[in-house]
Amino acid sequence: MGQTTAEKIFAAHLRDEPFAGTKVLDLDRVLCHEITTPIAIADLQWREKDRVFDNTKIKAVIDHVTPSKDSKTALQAKMLRDWARRHEIKDFFDVGRNGVCHALFPEKGFIRPGFTAIMGDSHTCTHGAFGAFAAGVGTTDLEVGILKGVCAFREPKTIRVNLTGALSKGVFAKDVILYVIGQLGVNGATDCVIEFHGPVVEAMSMDARMTLCNMAIEAGGTCGICQPDMTTVEYLWSFIQEEFASKEAALEAYQQWCADADADYVKVLDFDVSTLIPQVTYDYKPDCVKSAAELSGTPVDQVYIGTCTNGRIDDLREAAAILKGNTIADTVRGIVSPATPDIFKQALDEGLIQIFMNAGYCVTNPTCGACLGMSNGVLSEGEVCASTSNRNFNGRMGKGGMVHLMSPATAAATSITGVITDARTL
Amino acid sequence: MKKSFGGPVISLDRADINTDEIIPAKYLTEATKEALTPYCLEDLKLEGFDPKGEKLDNATVIITRENFGCGSSREHAPWVLEVNDIHTVIAESYARIFRQNMFNCGMLAIELPKSDIDQLMLLEKDSAGTMQIDVKLDEQSIKATGSAGEATFSFEISPFDKALVEAGGWVEYADARY
Repeated sequence: MGQTTAEKIFAAHLRDEPFAGTKVLDLDRVLCHEITTPIAIADLQWREKDRVFDNTKIKAVIDHVTPSKDSKTALQAKMLRDWARRHEIKDFFDVGRNGVCHALFPEKGFIRPGFTAIMGDSHTCTHGAFGAFAAGVGTTDLEVGILKGVCAFREPKTIRVNLTGALSKGVFAKDVILYVIGQLGVNGATDCVIEFHGPVVEAMSMDARMTLCNMAIEAGGTCGICQPDMTTVEYLWSFIQEEFASKEAALEAYQQWCADADADYVKVLDFDVSTLIPQVTYDYKPDCVKSAAELSGTPVDQVYIGTCTNGRIDDLREAAAILKGNTIADTVRGIVSPATPDIFKQALDEGLIQIFMNAGYCVTNPTCGACLGMSNGVLSEGEVCASTSNRNFNGRMGKGGMVHLMSPATAAATSITGVITDARTL
Repeated sequence: MKKSFGGPVISLDRADINTDEIIPAKYLTEATKEALTPYCLEDLKLEGFDPKGEKLDNATVIITRENFGCGSSREHAPWVLEVNDIHTVIAESYARIFRQNMFNCGMLAIELPKSDIDQLMLLEKDSAGTMQIDVKLDEQSIKATGSAGEATFSFEISPFDKALVEAGGWVEYADARY
């Protein structure tokens, strides 16, 4: 019997199996941000174990609230900063060089096919786009990861999702993943990895694949995984060219992590996405999904473009293409947050920032901020936000606020009209 | 150190209660677990539930439905339960990260089939707030006792999760072993 990608990665990283079904894995990456790491640091200090297993495998960023908004967030940032300095963690990204973790770390080439990674952040599943096993964990798992470089998981089961056909114009990875979550349900993939296959994924950029994998957790999935291919190699090439004689050699090495043809899946789902149209969530769960057409006309107060789901350059291009030459409705506040400084600079070079500002958008620095109602665009009671983020939970972006999840194109169109709008109808 | 389990119950009869509801993100800037205490389940969307009510204040056990603790990985969710003396959750199922966080903190996330949860919730309702849960970890059983009667249920727990609870959490376990 062949193996899935996750099974191959588990086999290659197995440190211990203390009980049948429990696998303790060696970690290639322990990723940290300022919200969930400081309490782990404080606990390690309290235990007199303020050590790190390997300061080259630990990467840290301040991204959730940045620059700090008050004394409490300033302390969280300081705790992470002091710890990074104390342990000489070279890859620590502070104000000015920082961005949303799940956009920044891939951009720096930190994630490679076959890697294991954890982070105290549920959207760590994003990094599976590179053919890695990356999982969100709590602070205790993170703490043990920092100290010992290991993490325990149950034996992985894998759901295979085959995406066939071709996306029509104006339909994007976000629409695909919202549709898939609608089909799976919010706990349809609990304790499972979701492997994405098929010509639709093969045709996607790494940005789009990260959007796809980012939301695996919204179906309960441990990780979303794409198969490494030449697109993966091209994305990573500047970081790996010393390691491999050619791109073909890198591809050959990375393809050892691709699932075997006879691998065993708990479920195989086939979706022909050729007829898929833009998708939007309603209500307070990410599996409550309808077409943008069905929800069209729903008024919104704010439009938010950014986050670890849709704050990358492809996303900004997609939104700017709709906004070019338009202005947003008087009733709407538009906020765009490029996910990293490099994405911001690229958007400046391409004239995208000018388009957003001419349309009436507020352009913020890279941060998670508004997505979880912490800063830079918190909603008031009864307000509605059209957002390119990943969660529409009650109060997620501010107490009593409501969120509709959608693609950057749908969000851009919605900002122009002030009501939920299928961009293809503009 | 191993924690104590069982006690008075609060029933949260809704599926998919997420960690944003258990502890909203705006409180994640607190530097200690204790500072979270007043905000437990503050944003829970559930008819008749009062986060400031006596019922939650007295409870040390939560009974609930499917996919409890979905969403954000924040361990602040089990912590806010812990600092409110709630060391036991009994649900139809859990989101993976929340479940692991509970065991990693040496707390109990017990899974029971829907029919058992139905029975527990009915007994809790009929007992008008007097129901208590007694947990026997060694026997992997729980006993519910209320004015309307009593019932016993057995549960499964993986040997690893049980070892974490016995050790008092994952840091203690991992530190002794790796």
